[in-house]
Amino acid sequence: MTSADNDDTGGTPRRPVRVFLVDDHALFRTGVRAELDSTTAGSTAQIVVVGEAGSIGEAVAGIARHQPDVVLLDVHMPDGGGAELLRRVRRAHPEVVFLALSVSDAAEDVIAVIRAGARGYVTKTISGQELAGAVLRVADGDPVFSPRLAGFVLDAFSDRKGATPVSDPELDLLTPRERDVLRLLARGYAYKEIASELFISVKTVETHVSSVLRKTQLSNRYELSRWATDRRLV
Amino acid sequence: MTGTRPRVTIPQVSAETVEDSNDAPAGERDRVPVRPLRRTRRRRVVAGVAGALSEHLDVDVLWVRIAFTVLAGLGGAGLLVYGLLWMFTELDSGDERSGTDENPKQRQQSLGLVALAFGLFAAFVALSGQSASWFMVPLAVGLGGVALVWREADEAQRRRWRDGARSGVTEVVGGGRGVTMRLVAGLVLTCGGAALLIYQSPTLDHVPTVLIAVLATLVGVVVLTVPWWLRLVRELDEQRRATVRTREREEIAAHLHDSVLQTLALIQKHAEDGREVVRLARGQERQLRTWLYGPTGYRRGGRPTGHAANTMLSEAIAVACGDVEDAFAVAVQHVVVGDCATDERLTALVQAAREAIVNSAKHSGVEQVSVYAEVEETAVTVFVRDRGSGFDADAVPEDRHGLADSINGRMRRNGGRVRLRTAPGEGTEVQLEMPRVAHRPQQDADAPAQRGETS
Repeated sequence: MTSADNDDTGGTPRRPVRVFLVDDHALFRTGVRAELDSTTAGSTAQIVVVGEAGSIGEAVAGIARHQPDVVLLDVHMPDGGGAELLRRVRRAHPEVVFLALSVSDAAEDVIAVIRAGARGYVTKTISGQELAGAVLRVADGDPVFSPRLAGFVLDAFSDRKGATPVSDPELDLLTPRERDVLRLLARGYAYKEIASELFISVKTVETHVSSVLRKTQLSNRYELSRWATDRRLV
Repeated sequence: MTGTRPRVTIPQVSAETVEDSNDAPAGERDRVPVRPLRRTRRRRVVAGVAGALSEHLDVDVLWVRIAFTVLAGLGGAGLLVYGLLWMFTELDSGDERSGTDENPKQRQQSLGLVALAFGLFAAFVALSGQSASWFMVPLAVGLGGVALVWREADEAQRRRWRDGARSGVTEVVGGGRGVTMRLVAGLVLTCGGAALLIYQSPTLDHVPTVLIAVLATLVGVVVLTVPWWLRLVRELDEQRRATVRTREREEIAAHLHDSVLQTLALIQKHAEDGREVVRLARGQERQLRTWLYGPTGYRRGGRPTGHAANTMLSEAIAVACGDVEDAFAVAVQHVVVGDCATDERLTALVQAAREAIVNSAKHSGVEQVSVYAEVEETAVTVFVRDRGSGFDADAVPEDRHGLADSINGRMRRNGGRVRLRTAPGEGTEVQLEMPRVAHRPQQDADAPAQRGETS
């Protein structure tokens, strides 16, 4: 199974995306597996679930063994959650992409898992089809922002009274265009709809979102982490 | 593979553990969690302090012992440190599990080191001048007694774990004759040491002997009972925590019964009606979510935050969305960026938004409505959007008052604006914009009064 990894030339859509599930609820894993395995393009499967794990320990071993393309991980787990898993495996497997899945929607959880290196975040109530779309998108290297995550990021980067001064404009500020894109994402627009709304290409939208993701992960603005813990509402 | 995805190679930065992640060699070993400093019985020669330190610091136990020995030679510092660590390090309760036991050779080695430590200490005292060496013998005898009693206290603690939680000091002597013998021996040795100290003391001749005797006894008693005092403090702490846990558990049980169990019962009754089941589940989910993560929620410690008197805009919008979800069995996803207290105008804005959501729920034909609200310095903007059937805005019949009165009228009366984007088959988006009162110069005077009224 692992030998198939070597002939990967990257970006070729023909090879199915190999997904590894990490969630402490077996019932939920079964459901997601069924939904993802049924995602097909024509006759060939687009997504195969290569393994699953119910704990951080199992996940570390499973990811090392299966070398998946995408890891779908739960934000909340008994022994530390998605952020902890990311901390433990990201260095060893930089090529694996992580997509966070959560029921909580609490700002601090979402920001923490994104800051730990996840390339996207979706809620568990997402439909099977949307989830498959999100998996394919992160597998292509593009980030996936749910409307709520877009809202959090907008809020975190906003300039309010008492906000920490910007130390690195490159990382600590969003460009007006990035703001526009995030606003539309938060309003529930799909990438394609954003592109036509702003008269830019879908590729440009993706570039903007990638840039926002990078800033969210790397900005040292104190505000960002404090904001997440201070935030009262989901 | 790696070449095509340059973005994923960015260095890991996590909000909390920037320092932690930097010290590990890149991708080499998983970080081993640092073991807390706990004494384990299975690696014990005297009290298990060296074993505990070696596990905590991840160093071979032999080195720790050698360090103690060398330190003992330096004016007895090693003995003092050992004693203090013994006092303040807790015994590991997961004691009885199998693990790497000390082999006999290691044991002999460490006993030799213990003897060497005392030898070095004696040598140090002897070398440091005749005047100081008079207390050597009584001190050694006294310390031996203390060590014996403390060790017995450790044993008593272990027995307690084995037999289940019995508390109190009484069971310390309930461990059979051997234990009593050892305890008595320890007491005798300590007292003997103290007596010898007084008897041999060359410098205390001018102080009344009775006073010295009393002092020595007091010190002896205090030192001997240290383990029990410490345990008493720890037990009190443990009990307090247990009480808090119980109260918390009761609260959770009450909440689950009131909300979740009732909803589950309703869901079973309506099992055939899919729409109703979805509606019930959604409502319950929202309620549970508010309870868990909301402003006064369980995870926030249940404390209401300062804004309780004035409803915040984000809460008002969440409530409006929840109402429509319940009433029309659609999913309303809402995102609020920024927040502020509601006033009359913003209440009108929320009502208008609610009307727009209801319109979408009723007429769009889809089951998902997106709501986005943004609070800016000068205005609050709300977008209500669905991907449904849409309509021809000019062809709306006269008798449909929803959009005209409830939304347009309400917004106009309060100085707001409405923009509508829709076409048949294109979905609908209603954009509502309301200027914020506090930021309109001509109304600055009455702004505080308005804020007060809404509470």
